[in-house]
Order: sequence, then structure tokens, then C-alpha cells
Amino acid sequence: MPLSQPKSVAEAFGSIVDEPERDFNLQDGSRIAVVGGGPAGSFFAFFLLRMAQAIDLDLDVSIYEPRSFARCGPAGCNHCGGIVSESLVQIMAAEGIRLPRGVVQRGVESYVVHMDVGDVAIESPVHEQRIAALYRGNGPREGGDAELASFDGFLQNMAVEQGARVVNRLITGASRAGERPVLEFAGGGEEDYDLVAVATGVNSNFIDLLGHLDPEYTRPKTTRGYICEFRSTEDEVLRLLGSSVHVFLLTIPRFEFAAIIPKGRFATVVMVGEDLDEELIHAFLNDPVVRRTFPTDAVPCVCGCSPLINLGARARPYADRVVMVGDSGVTRLYKDGIGAAFRTGKAAATTAVFHGVARTDFERHFWPACRSIVNDNRIGKVMFATNAIMKNSRFTRRAMLRMARDEQARQGAKPHMSSLLWNMFTGSAPYTQMFRGTLHPGFLFHFLGSALAGLRPAGKRPKARSEVA
Amino acid sequence: MRGALGKVYRDGEIIIRQGRTGESMYVVQGGKVEVVQQSADGNEQHLAFLDAGDFFGEMSVFEKEVRSATVRAHGEARVLKIDKRTLLRRIREDPLLAVNLLKTMSHRIRELNGEIARHRETRL
Repeated sequence: MPLSQPKSVAEAFGSIVDEPERDFNLQDGSRIAVVGGGPAGSFFAFFLLRMAQAIDLDLDVSIYEPRSFARCGPAGCNHCGGIVSESLVQIMAAEGIRLPRGVVQRGVESYVVHMDVGDVAIESPVHEQRIAALYRGNGPREGGDAELASFDGFLQNMAVEQGARVVNRLITGASRAGERPVLEFAGGGEEDYDLVAVATGVNSNFIDLLGHLDPEYTRPKTTRGYICEFRSTEDEVLRLLGSSVHVFLLTIPRFEFAAIIPKGRFATVVMVGEDLDEELIHAFLNDPVVRRTFPTDAVPCVCGCSPLINLGARARPYADRVVMVGDSGVTRLYKDGIGAAFRTGKAAATTAVFHGVARTDFERHFWPACRSIVNDNRIGKVMFATNAIMKNSRFTRRAMLRMARDEQARQGAKPHMSSLLWNMFTGSAPYTQMFRGTLHPGFLFHFLGSALAGLRPAGKRPKARSEVA
Repeated sequence: MRGALGKVYRDGEIIIRQGRTGESMYVVQGGKVEVVQQSADGNEQHLAFLDAGDFFGEMSVFEKEVRSATVRAHGEARVLKIDKRTLLRRIREDPLLAVNLLKTMSHRIRELNGEIARHRETRL
């Protein structure tokens, strides 16, 4: 007896035959709109055109960005702390993308962790400057520095050199004409496209229009960050902060994470957390540990903002002929947003060129790159929650400090705690890799040893090597 | 200090040494480096100068052989190191990342073929 009733050819393939033929492959002359000319949009356009040219595919790519990154202050800024992670600097170099002088405000080779129980400098594992502190636009308000160049402007130029066209028009509407996405412009006019890549981040009103292109789209969950540029002199910033990013593990209630980043004659203060308000910002800036690191009360804050930060996508970032890259879709939790823009931008471009622009194409070939970030963020949440518990106990803070100091002082010591802090603050490694590091017997053994050393009476306590020195 | 990524090497300072094992490749960020090779009889032969944007040491990312040449700074040079582990992990996630490296290696093979052809012509 047959396992199932035999079907006629018409029955078996009816759904395919009945469906009108739809071609979701990009072809010569296909029109692509990239909405947003920040890193995600520029990376997407750059890789899309580079890969298309490699297979002799001639695409028409327009980047819609109403701002000019040549302007200083908020008008040319994408509201971000401005750190390009160690891993992204390396990967961009491997791709042949070299950050020019003027874009990099400071090459960072160490992070200094500040706590009430003491400070510890964590050196780059390879002792070279592989993290870039930079400005997304042309610097803060009052910047006016001819040597300063915008990171976003640099990436946009890369896309333009590859063949993209930048259009300074504001998009005010989005709809579908049949299956094709249509964009409407301020001042009138509309155009339809074979593909729309959304790279506006979460601070643009455009993502509220996305429901017209993808009914299932929901804004990512967000919180507000705080960024402020304090103006001093280049010598003073160098004297106080050196070439280090300074991060703070403080016990202020509701405080999660903050950093001070040296950039030429400015120092950028960045705070993130799910419960950030003016009271918390004020408490941080006036904390004695912060004031002894950089006198935020003695120098003017010349440019500040409270941008929205993506805390997690709530919907799949794609539909037929529409894909969301960077912060508009999926990004890394708190860290390395530009790295996530690179990964999602390139994955979306690869999918569009080599596989197609249907929802199913993005599902199969783009979503895996996003999913790995989403899954890693889950581990990241556990790591940040553990960090919050650890930093709120003086006992564990002292153990962390002692262990990191000891590793930094001993030549050849396995840098268990140093690597964890380095990767946690620089965003250079996936959270999963950091989590695995904390399960290493060496980490647990040394952390326990450092914790127990703190319990011994002061006279009998072995000093950390750095203290001996 | 502005625009400073990587590490500064002084004139003549060796970045990678022939015969040593390596776990990284390098990208010149600024200045110039010289690639030299020592023959069995100890003579040193100049192979190439590399400028900003050029790679070297990429062979050690793909094979576990010792370095085939010495690379040293020619004047002050700034060089960025790329970890093998970081690169291979990302190539696993994004195989197209290797295309740029393949282009460089393909270009070198083309140059070597030209060099071999010129040698054969002079011997004939």
C-alpha cells in the first residue's frame, strides 16, 4: 500500500505554477536605495558594489543621507562614543581598508579600569595601538579643526569611489507598489527600487515608516545613552588620559558603565545603562574617582547628546526587497556597534549579490550573521549582570583588581582577568568567548586565590607583584 | 600621535625574521618596510619594498611553515599586526574576507612568474 495518495503533476506543483513568476535576483541596472549614510549604509553600499563589480554586475546604488559629515557638531554627527574595536581595525585592514591620519584621533593601546579600591591599567595583549578613537562627524561643536576628518565621511567616500551616489534628500514616506518598495521625498516625488537597505539607526524617524514596507517590523528595544565632549588642550588631555580609554566600575546606584576617551584636545565621556537619567549622570561626573581621572567639573562640555541605543531587535530585520543593517536591525549589546554594522552590512550585501533579495534569501544567508550576534548578546546580558554583582561587592572588586594587577606585573603570566576586562571593555571578542574564559580552571583558581588573599590579615597577606615593586 | 594605529618600528628594526615561526600577518600603515631573504651561504638578497596598505607574513596564516623572509623597517615605519586566530575565525563566518588576501597572493604569484621567466631568458 502506498504511504501517501499519488498526486497529479498539477496538484504537486500547483502552488508553484499558480504563483506569478517573481525574480528576486539583482540584474544589470537594478536600483538599490540605501537609507542612511552612516557606517552600516556605507559598508553595505561598498561591499555590494565591490562584489557586484567582481561578477560584472552593474548596479545603480543611491545612498540617501540628508546630513553632511563635513560639518562639526550635531549637524554632522551620528551620536556615538567613537571607538573602532581591535577586531574591526584588523578585519578592515585585511579587507584593504586603512583608516587614514586625521580620522583616527588617538590610537589606543591600553584601558585603565578605575574603581574605588584602586586602578589598574590593562595593556593591549600585543602592545600596539589597535583600537581607534575617532569622531563620526567632523568633531564636536566648536571643533573647527582642519586636521580632523569624519569616520562616517571616510566610509561614505569609500562607497562613492566604488560607484555609489550620495543624495542629500530627506525621505518622508515609504510604501509598496505591488511588491516593489517605494520611497517618497520631502518636497515631492517618489521612486521605486529593487532593494531598499535601511541603515538609519534607531535615532531616525524613518524606522517608524518601516511598517509600510514590512508590516511585521517593530522598533528595536532601546535605551538612552549619554555622550559629552569636554574641551581642554591636546597636551592636557594627553597628560591626564594618555593613549588609554578610562573605564569606571563604580558603586553609584543604577550605574552600569561609563568611559572617558581621549580625542585630540577633547575627551569624550560616554555612559550607557538601562536606567540613565540626569541625576545618575551628575553623580558620575562628580564622583571623586572620575574627578581625579579627568576634571569634568573644570572644563566645559561643548557638545552633548542622549542618543537612543539599540538593546535588541524585536523582529527579523528583512522582508522581500527590504533589509535592515546596523542599528536599525541587529547590533552588539553596548559594544562594537560599528563592528556589527560592518558584519550585517557585508552579510546583507553578499546575500543581495549572490543569492537574491527575497525574504527567504535573507532568511537563509543574512539572518545567520544576525543570529550569531543575537545569541552572543544573550551571553553578554549574563556577563553584564555578573559584572554588576561583582562591582557592587567591595570584596570581589578587590579580588578583580588584585588579580588584574598581578597579571599585568608578571611577565608571562596567563592574563585571565586582564583578557576578560580588556575584551569586556573594548568589545574586541564575542561575549561567548569571554564567558568561556571565565570557566577556565586557571581563571577560577586565580580568582579564588586573589579573593582569599584579601581575607588574610594585612601582615600575613602576600603582596601582589605590582605592590612589591 | 594622531592617525597612529599599529606599532612604530625604527629604521632597520626587524618585524619578522626568516626561519622563525609566526602566528600573525601584518599590514603596513605608514612608512616603508623592506623584505630580504638570506641564502644558505649567508648572503642577503633584497626582494621588495612594501608601502602603506601592503600585506606581509600572510603565508603563516594559511600554513605552519617558518617565515620565508625577513621584513624590517626602512626608515621609521608603522605596522599593524593581524592575529591569525581573529582572522581565521572571521573567515569562517565570512569566507569572502579571504578574497582580498587571495588577490594579494595571486598578484605575487604573477610577479614571481614574471621573475622566473626573466631569469630563464637571461640563462638562455
